Amino acid sequence: MPDFLGSSSSSAAPPSDMAAQKEAVMRGVRNQVALANAQALMNSSTERCFTKCVPSPSSSLSSYEQACLSKCLDRYMDAFNVVSRTYMSRISRDRLESQQATAFH
Amino acid sequence: MFDNFNFDQATQKELSTFIEKEQAQAKLQASIQRFTDLCWDKCMSSKPSTTLSRAEESCLTNCVERFLDSSLHMVKELENKRAQLSS
Repeated sequence: MPDFLGSSSSSAAPPSDMAAQKEAVMRGVRNQVALANAQALMNSSTERCFTKCVPSPSSSLSSYEQACLSKCLDRYMDAFNVVSRTYMSRISRDRLESQQATAFH
Repeated sequence: MFDNFNFDQATQKELSTFIEKEQAQAKLQASIQRFTDLCWDKCMSSKPSTTLSRAEESCLTNCVERFLDSSLHMVKELENKRAQLSS
């Protein structure tokens, strides 16, 4: 379990303590989210690049396969960034359009 | 939600808002991840090259846009069907 949930005090905390606890909770949440994101990215890129670069696994990972995996990971990051950019601009475009639609009716 | 802590009302509210924002951010990230996987399978040539090619990049862009179009189309279609059923 994340240790930021473990710190609890029994009676009402003084304001400075409360501010520190609040910061700790926020830091904990941010860390958890960042960790989950990184794990999802790692699992997905590993699966996809393994499929691409190691089509028939042999007794060891060849230098050719390793080079392929490195390149593949870079391309996966590129693809992620392209998708992210496209999705974000689509969201803001759609939002703008629906705002304009409600403004005119 | 914050029973283990002794936060006042204002702090609890602030934290709730903060967590809602983080959750929204995480959802967004998860969607981007899902689209990346979907479009990677469609767009990326069999051997990874040293850079993303023009063709791959435009395929990825189109893939995201058309997936979202498809999703909207399905929603509309389902709404139509529901309207037909209830009339």
